[in-house]
Amino acid sequence: MADIKTNLELYKKLFLIRRSEEKIIEHYMEDEMKTPVHLSVGEEAIAAGVIHATKKNDQIYGTYRNHGIYLARTGETDKFFAELYGRQTGVAKGKAGSMHIFCPECNFLGASAIVATTIPLGLGGAFAKKYKKEKGLSFTFFGDGALEEGVFWESLNFACLHKLPIIFVCEDNGLAIHSHIKDRQSFKSITDVASKFGCNVFKEDSTDPEVIYNLTLKAIKKQKENGKPCMMHLKYYRYLEHVGINKDFKFGYRPEEEYKKWLKVDPVDLQRKKLLNMGISEKELKDLETKIIKQINKSVELAKKAPFPDCKEVLADVYV
Amino acid sequence: MRKITYREALNEAMIQEMQRDKNVFVYGLDVTDHKRIFGSCNDILEKFGKDRFFITPLSEDAMTGMGLGAAINGLRPIHIHQRVDFLTLAMNQLSNMVSIHRYMSGGKVKVPLVIRAVVGRGWGQSAQHSKSMNSIFAHIPGLKVVLPTTPEDAKGLLISAIRDDNPVIFLEHRWLYFTEGKVPEEPVAIPLEKPNILRKGEDITIVATSWMNVEALKAAEVLAKNGVNIEVVDPRTIAPLNDKLIIDSVNKTGHCIVADNDWIHCGFGAELAARVSEKCFNDLKSPVNRIGFTQSPCPTTRPLENEFYPNAINIIKLIEKKLKLDPIDLSNEEFYSWENRFKGPF
Repeated sequence: MADIKTNLELYKKLFLIRRSEEKIIEHYMEDEMKTPVHLSVGEEAIAAGVIHATKKNDQIYGTYRNHGIYLARTGETDKFFAELYGRQTGVAKGKAGSMHIFCPECNFLGASAIVATTIPLGLGGAFAKKYKKEKGLSFTFFGDGALEEGVFWESLNFACLHKLPIIFVCEDNGLAIHSHIKDRQSFKSITDVASKFGCNVFKEDSTDPEVIYNLTLKAIKKQKENGKPCMMHLKYYRYLEHVGINKDFKFGYRPEEEYKKWLKVDPVDLQRKKLLNMGISEKELKDLETKIIKQINKSVELAKKAPFPDCKEVLADVYV
Repeated sequence: MRKITYREALNEAMIQEMQRDKNVFVYGLDVTDHKRIFGSCNDILEKFGKDRFFITPLSEDAMTGMGLGAAINGLRPIHIHQRVDFLTLAMNQLSNMVSIHRYMSGGKVKVPLVIRAVVGRGWGQSAQHSKSMNSIFAHIPGLKVVLPTTPEDAKGLLISAIRDDNPVIFLEHRWLYFTEGKVPEEPVAIPLEKPNILRKGEDITIVATSWMNVEALKAAEVLAKNGVNIEVVDPRTIAPLNDKLIIDSVNKTGHCIVADNDWIHCGFGAELAARVSEKCFNDLKSPVNRIGFTQSPCPTTRPLENEFYPNAINIIKLIEKKLKLDPIDLSNEEFYSWENRFKGPF
C-alpha cells in the first residue's frame, strides 16, 4: 500500500493527463493544432503509475501515444501545448508535433509514429547504462501491436542475452488501430513467451495507478536482484478513436458496452474516490484540480500567442 | 611516409580512436571471428576486450536502433556490416529514426553513430552481395554518406566519421582493401565534406566515386599518352555534398563525366549532372555524361557481370566520342583487374 502523499501525486498526474487531453479535444476543431493526436484517455493509470516509480536517472522511450508519459514525466504543459500548436516555444520548436514529442532534458529520449521503432533505442539506452556502469533503467513503452514486429523480438532477445537494465512496458489496449488482438496474435500470453527468454515478467489489468506503481517498484526490485530485463504487460481501454478526438463506437468494430464496463473503473474516478476514502477533503481535491486546470489554460493561452518558428528553422538541426 | 593497405588503414583508424576515446565501441555480425571483417578489425579484441568489441545476433534492425540509443546516450558506436546489402534490413531505423532523431528533438540530441558497410564485387557475388546503395542513403536528409577511395582517405575519413556528431554511413569497396598507399602513422583526420583532386588536368573532369576512381585514373593514364589531360575529382562524401571544387573543375575543363559505383537511374550521377548543368551551363562544351552499373540486378555469370560493371575502357570510349577523337589503339594497354587478387568465395 502506498501512502496518502504518493496517492495524491498519482492523482495529480492522472488529472493533468486527463485534463490536458480534454483541453486538446476542446480546441482541436479550431484547426490550430495541426498535428495528428493519439490521445491517452483511458491509459492514464499506466503512464502515471509507471512513471511515478521512475527516478531522474532512469530513461523513458515512448510511442506516438505519448502525451500521458510526457506529462507524467515532466509535469509541464507550456512547451507541450506550444509544440502541439507548432510554435517556436514548443519542446522541439514545432518540428516534432504530437507524435514525436519527447524531452531529452528529463531523460524522455524518443517517441515515434512507426510501431516498435523506439524499442531498440531503449535497448541502446540500457546498453549505454551498462557500458558506462551508470545507475538507472531504461523504461521502454510500446503497444500490443509492437509485439508483432520483428524488432520487438530482436530487442527482447538481445536484452535478455546481455542482461541489460531495461523494463519493457507493454500497454495493451487490444487494438492495433481497428484490428483486434485475437485476429493478429497466435500466442495467448506474451508474458509466458517472454519468460522463456529469461525475462522477469509481470502482468496487470487494473486501472488503479497505485497497483501499477507498486507493480513497477516490484519489477525494479526484481531487476536489481537478478539483473535480468523485465516485461510488464499492462491492459487498458482506449476510450477514443485510434487517432483524433472522437468516440468511434458507431462504426461497429467494438461494442460501446465494453467501454461502459471499463468506464466503471475509470482510473481518474477510481483514484479520486480512493483519496476521499483516505480522508482527503473534497475542497482539497477541488483546489488541487483548479490549480492544474489553471496551469493548462494558461499554457494554451501562451501557446496560441507564441510565434511560429522562423522559416530558416526548416534547415536547422538536420545535421549538427 | 610508410605505405599500408586500405584494410590496414581502416584497422589503424579504429584502434587509434578506441585508444583515444573509451566511448567508442565496435559491433556487428561476425566481427570477432577469425576473419575479422576481411582483416579490418584485427587486434581489436586483443587490445580492447569483448565489452568494446562484440558480435550481435542476426538482428540488423534492432542492432541499428541499439546504436542510435547508445549514441544519444554519449557513446560512439561503430556498427559493421560485411555487405552493404544487409543494411536494407535496417532501413526502417535508418530512414525513420537515425536520420530524424536530432531534428525531431529540436536539435537537443546528437547522433554520433558510424555504420561501416562493405560493397562487394566479383567472383559471382550476384545480386545481394554487390550493391552500393550510395544514392539511396544520400537521398535521406540527416545521414552523411562517405566513400573513401585511397588508404589515406580510409584512415583519415574514418577518424572524422567517428568524431562526427552525426550518423555516418561509411561505404568501403571490397577491392579497395588490397590497395596500398602512403598513410600517416598518427591519427590525422581528413574533413568529411571536402572533395579531393586525385589527378590534375585541363581537358575533361571526371567525378568518380569509390572504385570508379581507380578506373578513371587508369583511363586518364591511357588518354594522357594521347594528348588528353583528365582531371579526376573524388567527392569522397556525397551527402551532404560540397560541390565547389567539382564546379570549379568543370568551369575550367568545360566537360564532365560522372562515374559512379552504383546504378545510374536516379543516382548520384543524376544529382551531380543536374548541379553541373545549373552551375556551369555557360561553360559547358558538351552535355554531362553518366557512367555506372547497368540498370539490372547484378548477374552471377562472368560475361554478364563484366557487362554490368563499368570500367576504364568504357570511360575511354566515352571520351573519344565526347571529344571526337580518333579511336585510340588499346591493344598494348594493360587493364589490370584486382579480381586476380579476389578469388572467392566471399
